[in-house]
Order: sequence, then structure tokens, then C-alpha cells
Amino acid sequence: MNILGIESSCDETAAAVYTPDGLQSNIIASQAIHEQYGGVVPELASRAHHKTIWHTVQQALNEGSITLSDIDAVAVTQGPGLMGSLLVGICFAKGLCLSRNIPLVGVNHMDAHIYANFIDDQPEYPLVSLTVSGGHTQLVHVTAPFEHELLGQTRDDAAGEAFDKIGKILGLPYPAGPVIDERSEHGDPSFHDFPQAMLDNDFEFSFSGLKTSVKYFLEDQDNREEFLKNHLDDICASVSHAITEVLVKKLRNAIEHTGVKTVALAGGVSANSMLRRKAEKLAENTGCNLHIPKLAYCTDNAAMIAITGSMMTQQKLYADMDMKPFANLKALERMNVQR
Amino acid sequence: MEKEFTTTSPDETIARGKEFVASLEAGEVVCLQGDLGAGKTHFVKGMAEGLGIESDDVSSPTFTLINEYDGDKLLYHFDCYRMESPREALEIGAEEYFYGDGVTVIEWPERIEPLIPPEAIWISIEAPDKNTRKFVIRKREP
Repeated sequence: MNILGIESSCDETAAAVYTPDGLQSNIIASQAIHEQYGGVVPELASRAHHKTIWHTVQQALNEGSITLSDIDAVAVTQGPGLMGSLLVGICFAKGLCLSRNIPLVGVNHMDAHIYANFIDDQPEYPLVSLTVSGGHTQLVHVTAPFEHELLGQTRDDAAGEAFDKIGKILGLPYPAGPVIDERSEHGDPSFHDFPQAMLDNDFEFSFSGLKTSVKYFLEDQDNREEFLKNHLDDICASVSHAITEVLVKKLRNAIEHTGVKTVALAGGVSANSMLRRKAEKLAENTGCNLHIPKLAYCTDNAAMIAITGSMMTQQKLYADMDMKPFANLKALERMNVQR
Repeated sequence: MEKEFTTTSPDETIARGKEFVASLEAGEVVCLQGDLGAGKTHFVKGMAEGLGIESDDVSSPTFTLINEYDGDKLLYHFDCYRMESPREALEIGAEEYFYGDGVTVIEWPERIEPLIPPEAIWISIEAPDKNTRKFVIRKREP
């Protein structure tokens, strides 16, 4: 089946085409707009999904060398996300489905992060996925396609958010994740022992205490600015160490608890060099196969929605035309109970 | 109306949030001001508990911008940290929430101040030292 995937859960409007031959296109609105207007158009806010969705879908079809009449189903992000943003994508997808008389597929954005691993790769089930992004930190046990058990998640800040907010405290530009990553490569991870939270709990995460700890560590120095200037790389490395140690320790717990032989990383933070190295080492030590998607499939994108949609059509997991968005996973549970 | 109190631990901040929310009705908007690490999310966890929501379900919406929790009343948890203009908030339907059927709590409200209803409750949190947090609650007299 030829699938059109649409994502509009938060910042990005995105569209992609996935066919039995694989991924044909993967477009994010900012690109589509820039191409149309020839350059950056700052007044077009990234979250104005209703203004950008049609151009984005058109470009995904063009680049995929396919026309709308050859699309067999439309997969769209149902949640979690912002209700207003989700509605734009869902209403657009329903409109396409009704006018073309093709089925609709509602995709869980968190599932899609995991199945992004299947775009270039064929991971074996059962697997454990560590999904780490600016908005989410989750450990999920996947026993078969769409058979998921949420082992644990963050109780406050997401891992990516911790990088960004600590970056702000260190005076780095937003988003700070990539900058901290780069500086960490030149620093000493054992320079300062920042707290690794919630090690007494198997699978849950907490990163908000680390942020506070960095703040007061700097305030305790005689000359904060001078200290920061001289030791920025070391502090970045120590912060990265604290965050990635927790992530990898919990991932190890999950591997041991479930007995899986396949591990997947997902989400934007999976680009972090220290996390990758530690995950690789963990996989080696536990005899697991490690999968990490390309960065373009890790940040919010529609390729992951399209492939997940494609896998759902194989299982006949279609949505009705009265499908509603859900803001969070609790709301999804309630929706499923009501059915 | 102005009220002040001090807490000395995250647990106490949560307890105060729980106590505070008991006086609120659906449709009220609460603005939380304070630096990174001041304890805004902890206070919201307390508010959630008071509304019959598991506090573990409350996480920071910095990236997701708005979290919604369903308890005895709905709780809408905004984080405007990443917003650069009130227009961005309008584009995601912020006003639908403010005048909606739940309690709204907003972190970093100064980023979208022109949109905030005049009858909103403003809470500022200051951190004089590592463990102490000073809260000032202000509400305009009707």
C-alpha cells in the first residue's frame, strides 16, 4: 500500500510518503516554505500548521513522484500533542480520505518514534526502546508490533529538556543539546559528580533536580563567570555523564528485566554522542543488537508516521472518520476504555 | 489580596500547591513566575494532587507547551518558556483553555502577558537559598 503520513503534533508540520519500496519522501514544513518563497520567512511561525500543511503534503507527493490518486491510505498523528495542532493534521487527513475514498490510520506519536527504527532496518522482536527527546523520556517493552508495555518514564523534565535548560543556566544558546554534546567531547566527565536521580527506582526518570544542582554548583564558586569560562567543557561533560549514566543504567535494568536481545534508541537525544557510546557498550556487554535511526527520523518527522501507518494497515488497524485527537497517553487509555 | 508563605523542601512546596488549589474553581487561571529550578513544576504537582490527579502524571510541558490532566476538574498546564510572542500562544488556541472548563496554570506567563485574563492569580516564587522558596500570591480584588 502507498501511504501518506502527516505529522502536526507540536512544532513541526511534516508529510512523508512510504510505499512497499520504502520511504519515498520526508518533508518538514520549514523546508517546503523556504523552497516556495526562496529563503527564510520568519513571520511564518513554525506552529502555523494550517498555513503550511497543504504545501508540505504537495511537496511530499512531488518528491515521492506519486500523485494523490495513487495514495491508498492516509496515516496521521492522533496524539500525544497539542490539541489544536493535532486537529489541523487530523482534519486535513480526514478531508483527503473522504474526497479520495481511502482509509484513515491514526498513529500514536510515541509508537512512531519506536517504529522509526524500521525505516532502514529490521529489528527483531521482542525489543526494549529508550525514547529520549525534548518532550519525552520513556522505556517501552515491545513484544510484537503494537504490543507495548510502558516500563517507565520521566516524572518531571525530559532528558532533552534537561540538556536545554542546563544549557540556559550555562549561558548556551537554545536548543543547547547539540552544543553540550560537542563541548562534552573535550571535557572531563568526572570533573564534578552531579546527582544521578532515582537510581533506587528501576525504570522511572527524574531530571529536574540535576538542573537545580548545576545552578547551585555554579553559585557556590567564588567567581562564577571565571569558573564557567575555564571549565565549561568539563561541566558539560559532567552533566552529560550524569544524564546518560541514568539513561543507560535504566536501559540495562529494562534489558535484564525483560530478557530481550534487541535494543532500540529513539527520539532526538539518541543523536547524543556519549549516549550512543554507552548504549553501544551496553549492547556489547549484554549481547544485544542495538538499533538507532538516522537523525532525520529521530526528531519529529512524518517518515515515522508513514511507516507506522504502513505497519498498522498490515494489521488492519484503521480509524473511523470520527477519530479524535488525544493530548496524552492517559486520555488515550480513557478513549480505549470507552470504546 | 496578597498572601505570602515560605517552604523549605520540594515536598512542602507540593503540599502548599495541594492546599492552594482547593480554593479554585473551573475557569480560573494561575500564573507561576520564578527562575529555572524555583519549583514551579513541583507546585503544579501539588495542585494536580489536590484535583485528584496522580502527581507522577505531571511532567514539564516545556517542549509540548501544554499538558492536560483529567481529575475532579481538568487541569491545563502551560509552559511558555519556548514561546517568543503572544501570537504563538494564540496559534495553538491558548484562549480556548483560559476561558474553558478547567483550571489553567501557566509557567513563564510573562512571555504571553497580553493574553492573560485580568482576573488571573499571580504567584511569584523566589529562591533566597538552595532549599528555601518564598511564595507571594496576588489576586486582584473583584
